[in-house]
Amino acid sequence: MSTAGLEVDRVDVSIDGTLIVDGIICSVPPGSVCALIGPNGAGKSTLLRTIAAVEKPDAGSVAFDAQNLHAMARKPRARLVSFVEQDAATEVTLTAREVVALGRTPHQSLWQEESADDRQVVADALQTVGMAGFASRDFASLSGGERQRVLLAKALAQQPRLLLLDEPTNHLDISAGLATLDLLGGLAATGVSVFAALHDLNLALAASDHILVLHRGRAVAFGPTEATLTAELIGEVYGVRADLLQHPATGRPMVAFSSLG
Amino acid sequence: MTIGSRHARPAVAVLAAVLGAVLVASVILAVTFGPADISPGEVWASVMHHLGLGATPLSELRDGIVWELRMPRVLTAAAVGAGLAVSGAVMQALTRNPLADPYLLGLSSGASLGAVIVLLLGAAIILPLAAFLGALVALGLTLTLASSLGRITPSRTILAGVAVSALASALTSLVIFWWVTGDSYREILSWLLGSLAGARWPAVAITFTAILVAGIPILLSGRTLDAFAFGDTSATALGVNVQGVRWSLLAVTALLTGAMVSVSGSIGFVGLILPHAVRLVVGPRHRALLPLVALVGAIFLIWADTAARSLFDPRELPVGIVTAIIGAPVFALLLARRRADA
Repeated sequence: MSTAGLEVDRVDVSIDGTLIVDGIICSVPPGSVCALIGPNGAGKSTLLRTIAAVEKPDAGSVAFDAQNLHAMARKPRARLVSFVEQDAATEVTLTAREVVALGRTPHQSLWQEESADDRQVVADALQTVGMAGFASRDFASLSGGERQRVLLAKALAQQPRLLLLDEPTNHLDISAGLATLDLLGGLAATGVSVFAALHDLNLALAASDHILVLHRGRAVAFGPTEATLTAELIGEVYGVRADLLQHPATGRPMVAFSSLG
Repeated sequence: MTIGSRHARPAVAVLAAVLGAVLVASVILAVTFGPADISPGEVWASVMHHLGLGATPLSELRDGIVWELRMPRVLTAAAVGAGLAVSGAVMQALTRNPLADPYLLGLSSGASLGAVIVLLLGAAIILPLAAFLGALVALGLTLTLASSLGRITPSRTILAGVAVSALASALTSLVIFWWVTGDSYREILSWLLGSLAGARWPAVAITFTAILVAGIPILLSGRTLDAFAFGDTSATALGVNVQGVRWSLLAVTALLTGAMVSVSGSIGFVGLILPHAVRLVVGPRHRALLPLVALVGAIFLIWADTAARSLFDPRELPVGIVTAIIGAPVFALLLARRRADA
């Protein structure tokens, strides 16, 4: 049976002999946003890095449109999947535009000049994240949130069909965080599969179609966001008291926390 | 102007053409420097003659000075300068360390040990070979040590290189301290400080072959090196074979550096400073940086060596002293600028 989108099937990953990700099964169909949540150390980053083929799984398979991502050649895979790391940094003094242009690497041959098409894609990516006015600024001179958006633009310039993001709203203020999630929703509407680790449960509730809840490397729940993320589940996984409320403006669920007892 | 914004990068093709012309002019002018007074026109005529185009107007002695002594030395300086500058730029990108230089993997210390041993045995004729073998052994030790710690990461490679360098330097010092006397001391010291005094046509053959063999894969890796800017994970996500590229480019640059060290000794600062200086002008992207830093390295070392042999004529300085005297203050300026940027 061939399936569309991302299919993660019974994936185990260990780092230096310690099992970090344990038997994860999940899927992200094209055109949808899946949020990955869980406390610190739950294995979110390792799972994303494994799907991005930075880490190799000990067992199980990761496929996109029925193609095994770990068996693919590197360049075609990089045209299919892009990955926004958490807190990526550089010593190199590149401009914002040059950083985004790195995203064209898998589309270019070794010694080819940047094509008109490449330049257009880079300009569009900067425009999409609202950083067009910062193109010639040094990346190092940007604020944390601006850097985060430039790195997202770099991933968009890869023109991926699967976009993986590790805490894309870190460093972003409230409006930029919401704008980023709107952007991811818009991207999904064009047929991209989006899989994002988020630590802010309210953002996850507001912006995802599906949700995967990790706890100590295992999937404790996976399914449509509103049906899956219950107050009991949050309370159990995070060790807090959680209450779900209805958002007064959007009508979507939101969560309020208090300590146990 | 907005803070942190920069002017457009200058056109690479124009810069390359200008630097290429400066390089040719530098070769001819540098050959005219020296005790025997020779004009640029005479140099040109001698070159044309030896390329089989016309008779030379020069006497046999003067033609010999141009063609057998000065020309090979100037061409070797150009090749060594280009090789070291390119190696430095590649090492800085691969290790993501702005302080990386071509000798980082213990190459120069290994080469020095090999060279000092054969100089001591009075077998100076096989010096390039011994230096090259010394560099290879050091490289092998460094990479073995780095990989025995797990996957080859930049920091492990650097630390392993530091350990191997320290060991080879200690052995070199031991050999010098215990066995070297009188005349050979000066010869050894001049080699350790870097010198092109002995460069004749065989040195030109060694260095130009190394540049051709190593230069092509290095120049083709420009885009790949750019992808290392945000580290290994990001490079992997951009479709780069990180471990494969790092291994093979480290090996290629090491062979290039080994060939250079084998004829010139370890000339410092060229591979460390010039990549930073050229980056300030053309930016950090390697498809522009690598060819331009090669040209700048060639021009720089031609003039540094010309200064080394003519400033205190008839005494000659090891060129490594000249590059260090120029390099150290330039390095300090770059650091100051870096601090102002940060």
